[in-house]
Amino acid sequence: MSEKLSDLERIKAQSRQLRGTLVEGLADPVTGAISDDDNKLLKFHGSYLQDDRDQRDERRRRKLEPAYAFMLRARLPGGVVTPAQWLVFDTLAREHANGTLRITTRQTFQWHGILKGDLKPAIAAIHDALATSIAACGDVVRNVVSTANPVESQGHAEAYAWAARLSDDLAPTTRAYHEIWLDGEALVGEPEPEPLYGRTYLPRKFKIGLAIPPLNDVDVFSQDLGLIAIVEEGQLRGFNVAIGGGMGATHGDPSTYPRLGSVVGFVRPEQVSVVAEAVVSVQRDWGNRVERKHARLKYTLDHQGLDRFIAEVERRAGTSFEPARPFGFDHNGDRYGWVEGHDGRWHLTLHIESGRLADVGSQRWLSGLREIAKVHAGDFRLTCNQNVIVANVPAGERARIDTLVAEHGLDGYRRHSGIRRHAVACVALPTCGLAMAEAERYLPDIVTRIEALLDRHGLIDAPILLRLSGCPNGCSRPYLGEIALVGRAPGRYDLRLAADFSGQRLNRTYRENVDESTILASLEPLFAAYARERKAAEHFGDWLLRSGVLDAPALAVVA
Amino acid sequence: MNAVVSNDVADAPLDAAIRAELARLAEGLRPAQLYRAAAWLAARAEQPTQVVAHASVEHLTVIYGSQTGNAKRAAEHLVRVAEAAGLRVRLVRADAYPTRELARERFVAVVISTQGDGDPPDDAKGFVEFLTSRRASRLPDLHFSVLALGDSSYPLYCAVGRTIDARLAELGATRFAPLAEADVDVETNASPWRTTAIEGVRPLFRSANVVAIAPVRPVTSPHDRDRPFEAAVLLNQPIVAEGHARDIRHVELSLEGSGIVYEPGDALGVWPRQSTALVAQVLLATSLDGDTSVERDGLTLPLSTWLETHRELTRLSRPFVAALAERSTDEALRRALEPSGNATLREWLETLQPIDLLRRHPVAWTADALVVALRPLVPRLYSIASSHAEVGDEVHLTVSVVDYRTEGEARHGVASAHLATAEEGGTLRVFVERNERFRLPVDPSRDIVMIGPGTGVAPFRAFIQARRAQGGTGRNWLFFGNRHAREDFLYQTEWQAALKDGSLHRLDLAFSRDRGGKVYVQQRLRENAAELHGWLAGGAHLYVCGDAKAMAADVHAALIDAIATHGAKSHDEASAWLDELLREGRYARDVY
Repeated sequence: MSEKLSDLERIKAQSRQLRGTLVEGLADPVTGAISDDDNKLLKFHGSYLQDDRDQRDERRRRKLEPAYAFMLRARLPGGVVTPAQWLVFDTLAREHANGTLRITTRQTFQWHGILKGDLKPAIAAIHDALATSIAACGDVVRNVVSTANPVESQGHAEAYAWAARLSDDLAPTTRAYHEIWLDGEALVGEPEPEPLYGRTYLPRKFKIGLAIPPLNDVDVFSQDLGLIAIVEEGQLRGFNVAIGGGMGATHGDPSTYPRLGSVVGFVRPEQVSVVAEAVVSVQRDWGNRVERKHARLKYTLDHQGLDRFIAEVERRAGTSFEPARPFGFDHNGDRYGWVEGHDGRWHLTLHIESGRLADVGSQRWLSGLREIAKVHAGDFRLTCNQNVIVANVPAGERARIDTLVAEHGLDGYRRHSGIRRHAVACVALPTCGLAMAEAERYLPDIVTRIEALLDRHGLIDAPILLRLSGCPNGCSRPYLGEIALVGRAPGRYDLRLAADFSGQRLNRTYRENVDESTILASLEPLFAAYARERKAAEHFGDWLLRSGVLDAPALAVVA
Repeated sequence: MNAVVSNDVADAPLDAAIRAELARLAEGLRPAQLYRAAAWLAARAEQPTQVVAHASVEHLTVIYGSQTGNAKRAAEHLVRVAEAAGLRVRLVRADAYPTRELARERFVAVVISTQGDGDPPDDAKGFVEFLTSRRASRLPDLHFSVLALGDSSYPLYCAVGRTIDARLAELGATRFAPLAEADVDVETNASPWRTTAIEGVRPLFRSANVVAIAPVRPVTSPHDRDRPFEAAVLLNQPIVAEGHARDIRHVELSLEGSGIVYEPGDALGVWPRQSTALVAQVLLATSLDGDTSVERDGLTLPLSTWLETHRELTRLSRPFVAALAERSTDEALRRALEPSGNATLREWLETLQPIDLLRRHPVAWTADALVVALRPLVPRLYSIASSHAEVGDEVHLTVSVVDYRTEGEARHGVASAHLATAEEGGTLRVFVERNERFRLPVDPSRDIVMIGPGTGVAPFRAFIQARRAQGGTGRNWLFFGNRHAREDFLYQTEWQAALKDGSLHRLDLAFSRDRGGKVYVQQRLRENAAELHGWLAGGAHLYVCGDAKAMAADVHAALIDAIATHGAKSHDEASAWLDELLREGRYARDVY
């Protein structure tokens, strides 16, 4: 390749397996930041530098550097957290971060507002809780997500085991993490080899998700590598493999686009590891390292050809895909409230708006879950819809949990409107450096205004997927929202419509770069018509297509 | 060295050839470069020079020791008055005075301040040591007078001046005017002393040595303390994070058209103005009418004007307490003035303002009596935080707004409050106060170490700007401290830029309220003792600016330890070595 590699490739290659000058940078008292190069490497350790953008201008005038602080993200395969871990994470939030825990759209926790001097103790605390932050960000296989809703407890247990195993198998092996954060012995001589990743890791991030039909809560078609569990007669037979999903795009650049994963075939459980590694390794070797905008697997497939890619995977894995098995997804949301598992234990899904656990007024969600963690003997599951499940509760304990839930204002799931319960927002302002518009902070307002319109048309309980994103990169998977707002500038969004309700059809742009009043004015007549014309159980996105408001797109999910 | 001989400039006109040569060299230089050239030439004048012996001609030698510039200014004032009276005068800073000459002197005036803890100012340590030692010889031919400056809030008020006065008499010298003691309102007692001194010493001169015409004095600036410049406020910018407990401002003023020239290290005097709210409170508490006309010091002004621009309302003084006690029947006031009440008085002086006592003790005042009881307002001095070389016609200050609460009410320092509320586009009355003791090394290849926690960092911003423009090879090392790195790291982005562009070589930081516990600059000095000693041994100049109470003493102790440990010296030797640096001017302090 004659074109110049992206600068990040240089940084990775020269990093001595992710070491860079992180130790020196963290010790520099003159700034709360670290160098740009080190920040790129820090991502591989699960953290990166942000600043409070609300304060930027004023601090510049005051001759102070931006209000720098670090975001730290844990790697929690399948989103499973023990009560003991929960308490550690909660303490970390209060003592080292901004007093909040945030559930991400990839089923893990992240902390915001960690000052430079707090980063090392924070990571050490995560390690001591038998978790890690390594590869929670960066050009590596990220946190492996799996279906959280454990109605089929047996299936869930198996799926979770696979998520955990893939997460371990595909994690970087560098000792840099121990050296820098855990006072491990400093490297002498040549750095240790990374068998899978080599010196330059992957061209871009790589996401793996595992879904158990009929629940698509992980949005399996948004993953670089999606695994759809095929359970027959209570037995896990294997997985349909979907590759090349991805949400990110750039405004005004048609060479970038969201893409749903292509289902390429079926593998048996014993083949999963080797096939996953083969997909990762082909992407490692074939992915675009010149233009990071085109580096995700989805572009590799489209540029190299899906068939060619599959053939190479099969060659490296030493196995062939079987034809995909039939499957069906009902929805990609969470089931709120109590459900009983097949073993008689109960699971309570709570609605956590934007995944932000904080104590605000009577909504003392952070404290509430801390109190639950103190008495809960089961575990917790974080969901890709930013919610939390208090899982594996014996029937006799339900009342006690319910009391704590009510006392701390965590019982909103009982009352919230259909759209509010199906809303997802990324963090955006003020901490996200990519954000072009508000998301998390705007969600309560915009939902309230949309609710007013829905209420006018008798749709207050209609479950409608709303996804709010501060930029087109897609952390909140906005291209899979029946209604989505994708930020373009402060107060201005692209209004996208008509994804389906189960994460199998992308939405499309309906109004470009519009403000709130235009958004609401655009939605109102659609709600009115939907209320009049919808068939029983017909979802808003499906109605939009049937009614001809939007042209039908090609269904992206094809076996 | 660094003799400042007042008559030299007037006596040394430049001939036409030299003037033409200078004009040729100056052609095409930008204003900032002209300032730089002027500073360079001035610095050459301060190289060690032969002090012209004046033995054959009778003259009055005025020796001053000054920490903040007050004593220096009082000495200069005496020189002007003496010259106007036809006397030949030489003005010498105490550390530049060859003490062996004392025995040959006939007329000496000493103007010297006392620091808070009873110490002489840095530039007079050697002079006082010599005079009080056994080395000082008998001075039967000497006529002298001493003006002692001090702050009556401190117990050892004017102690240094008193010591010198007594010691000179002990050595056999005769007073041509009695010792005068000047409080922070220097002029109140300095003015009568000048008159007495001139009247006392003039008749002692042989008439032939009294010249008829006062020599022309060099005019460095058309503006001084008595003729301040109305400087436009260009910027008044808080420089601590929003919501921080303290209010610290970066203030930029325009000197355009003023002809004012300053050097890094100089201070800017600001004439404050009392807030109208405070003036109204005082009038209310005393039941006086602000329109009442009051005549004093040859001025006739309405009382409200006296209070607003001529009297201290934010600093309580002993004389004010005494005046109040005279009018009140309250025994507490009287007791506070007795020796046994010293602790109470000190506490009042530190925590109360006149308004607090006026309210506690409502007594009958006349407008005249109130004006007499209150101290004259004095200008506040701020270390200049900029260099002409970088900011041209501007002058920058770093101002901590003194803001505290007494009895539930907000109290403000007069000048900082005045500055804090100075609006961009408004003006402040300012003048430059020279500080020859706080100067960058003439040699730009010398290293410098700057210790300036809090707003003490101000002159070092000027130093870095000047050294950047100078382009020398000397390294610059700054120690800075405050409470929180994130909130009050003053000029953070500028230091970061200076580190990047190479004009700052090292920056060590101490934040006392961040994670990691209470850390102050002196601890950083100790941690870097070996390297610090290396710099000093290599000839580095050392500067300390900031809080006099705790910081300066702790820093001094840390320096002694560093020198003792790494210079293989005993504690006393290290201390003496450091004192030597002080005398040489290689260790300079601007503490307040």
